[in-house]
Amino acid sequence: MNAHKIVCKSHLLKLLWTSGRSDRIKRLHGVCGRAPFSSCSPKVCIVGAGPAGFYTAQHLIKSRQDVEVDIYERLPVPFGLVRFGVAPDHPEVKNVINTFTQTAQHSRCSFYGNVNVGTDVSVKELQQAYHAVVLSYGAEGNRRMGVPGEDLAGVHAAKDFVGWYNGLPDNRKLHPDLSCETAVILGQGNVALDVARILLSPMDMLKKTDITQPALDLLAESRIRRVLIVGRRGPMQIACTIKEVREMVNLPDTRPEMVAADFKGIAEAVKEVPRPRKRLTELLLKTALDVPTEKEQEKRSKASRVWGFRFFRSPVEVLPAPDLSRAAAIRLAVNRLEGSGEGASAVPTGEVEDVPCGLVISSIGYKSLPIDPLLPFDSRKAIVPNTMGRVQKTAGVYCSGWLKTGPTGVIGTTMNNSFDTARALLEDMDSGALDVSSAKPGSQGVTPLLEKRGVKPVEFSDWEKIDNEEIKRGVAMGKPREKLLSVDEMLHVART
Amino acid sequence: MAAAAAVRSSMGLTLTLSRVIPGCGTCHLYRLNSCVGGLAGASRTGQLHRFGTLTRHLHSTTGLNHSEEGSSNAEDPEDVVNVVYIDRSGQRIPVKAKVGDNVLYLAHRHGIELEGACEASLACSTCHVYVSSDHFNKLPEPDEREDDMLDMAPMLQENSRLGCQIILTPELEGIELTLPTVTRNFYVDGHVPKPH
Repeated sequence: MNAHKIVCKSHLLKLLWTSGRSDRIKRLHGVCGRAPFSSCSPKVCIVGAGPAGFYTAQHLIKSRQDVEVDIYERLPVPFGLVRFGVAPDHPEVKNVINTFTQTAQHSRCSFYGNVNVGTDVSVKELQQAYHAVVLSYGAEGNRRMGVPGEDLAGVHAAKDFVGWYNGLPDNRKLHPDLSCETAVILGQGNVALDVARILLSPMDMLKKTDITQPALDLLAESRIRRVLIVGRRGPMQIACTIKEVREMVNLPDTRPEMVAADFKGIAEAVKEVPRPRKRLTELLLKTALDVPTEKEQEKRSKASRVWGFRFFRSPVEVLPAPDLSRAAAIRLAVNRLEGSGEGASAVPTGEVEDVPCGLVISSIGYKSLPIDPLLPFDSRKAIVPNTMGRVQKTAGVYCSGWLKTGPTGVIGTTMNNSFDTARALLEDMDSGALDVSSAKPGSQGVTPLLEKRGVKPVEFSDWEKIDNEEIKRGVAMGKPREKLLSVDEMLHVART
Repeated sequence: MAAAAAVRSSMGLTLTLSRVIPGCGTCHLYRLNSCVGGLAGASRTGQLHRFGTLTRHLHSTTGLNHSEEGSSNAEDPEDVVNVVYIDRSGQRIPVKAKVGDNVLYLAHRHGIELEGACEASLACSTCHVYVSSDHFNKLPEPDEREDDMLDMAPMLQENSRLGCQIILTPELEGIELTLPTVTRNFYVDGHVPKPH
């Protein structure tokens, strides 16, 4: 199957001269059942099977005909935030899975799911087995607000809430309480808008998506009728993008509720800014201040649900109910803006404001975590320190995706980021900065260790069994898929 | 680009050595989801909401001579549109296309490295191209959704469009499409974080 690989001429000659005929045939079939020449090829290991991992793999495989790439993933299922982060009602964004699937099915790419790098195998062991290691494991931690009451019932990280409705095994027991009238979301990025939209979407829209059934059932009983999306700064610093704002404006059975005073001076300031910021701000202005059309006015008067942005507010405390069991309100500090544009900062005025609510979602950023104490980690920025994707002070180790630049950017941003890391790695191979002349065992050096430790990797064909099972279950529910919710269930289907 | 040319020639070599289509990752047909190897299969039946995705069933050999769907060898000259792609290294790649061709999939058929992550459904900006000024105004106005996606593309210019939304017409004869270079300097300190 690997006969098409570039033949390493010196290796071939050595074999012909030093082996007897029967020996040669044995060697041609390889000690480990693979073609013998594969030991000459550069072997790269990627940690993390999300967009960063897959785009890095894609670029490496396309650019050199001899590179072999192994992708290790903690979960039995691949695709990272494309599966667990992208909102259920954004299926087109998930089309990229088809590209990733082609990469995984490539003869020079192998997927090893259910392997936790850091606990099942160390980065050092990977460095011994591979010529290069690329860390692409993203940001599975959460930035805390750091305020009293943050751990009360009713307060959730957006990352966990999104993980819950998207079927991330670690979040399946979240059981958020949706019996209150008002939900407050801190943060105004696209994740915050996704949460707001899922909380307020009509059931007949959600039930056709791949949102998990338990989430759908809970949302069907939800009594939330008002969602406020709160940011420290003003309308011109909002971090979300125009597509998501338009979706809120057009969401059936909802009406917007903004504070006109928040938009003072904005119409003037918007004239000089770059096009993306300009178009977004104009949409906000129109939604907040313009007299609505007749059709829009009718929609607003009939709407049963309300959403709105609140600007110049920072959380200072989550206030408990009288019995102290759960959140009942959030205390917000009132800010003023110093400076303008993207670099403006929020300065507290001393005033505070209490907003009664029963659900608080903090959506102020994901955060990368260190997985190996021997690797450098910048805990202030929560990234692996690197230059162009080359991990500092660690030869042969690279990083791509959010771990490299911090947890912002859409899939396209991560794609460019990952291609850059792949280019740096290829440059290093070409220049000799990365030594690929001596043979390395690749996965042959890792799978025996895993076996000894009782870890059984999930191959890509096993994921395809899980995939088919989810699609099959989805057909019965009128959904694109019904996700398996626990690692045990995934492994059970994978092994059948 | 050298890598793309290497891919094209190595595919010729690999075809003589193996029975099956090797390395689908390098094959332009997989990008079209037109590979008859069954890769465009069950795992995609779940995608219910795809706007403008071209699904075609194509029975042809892999790409040494880039035969287009539905074309006969005797080309109708009125149907031909000459296009030039300028790749990220500045190399000019002339392509003989047809009226009705989609600029993104045309690029894929010719091994030009234009990504189309969302498969032409206006949910990303990875097929971002710059259009030659002579032809930019001959294109129909972009859909609001296209403008929304373009807003997220790095290095946005006046003549930016999404390749998946450009369908060739006779008026676009000689159009030149330049792939943006996302430079290394993009990620130095001080880089403004993008929304997500």
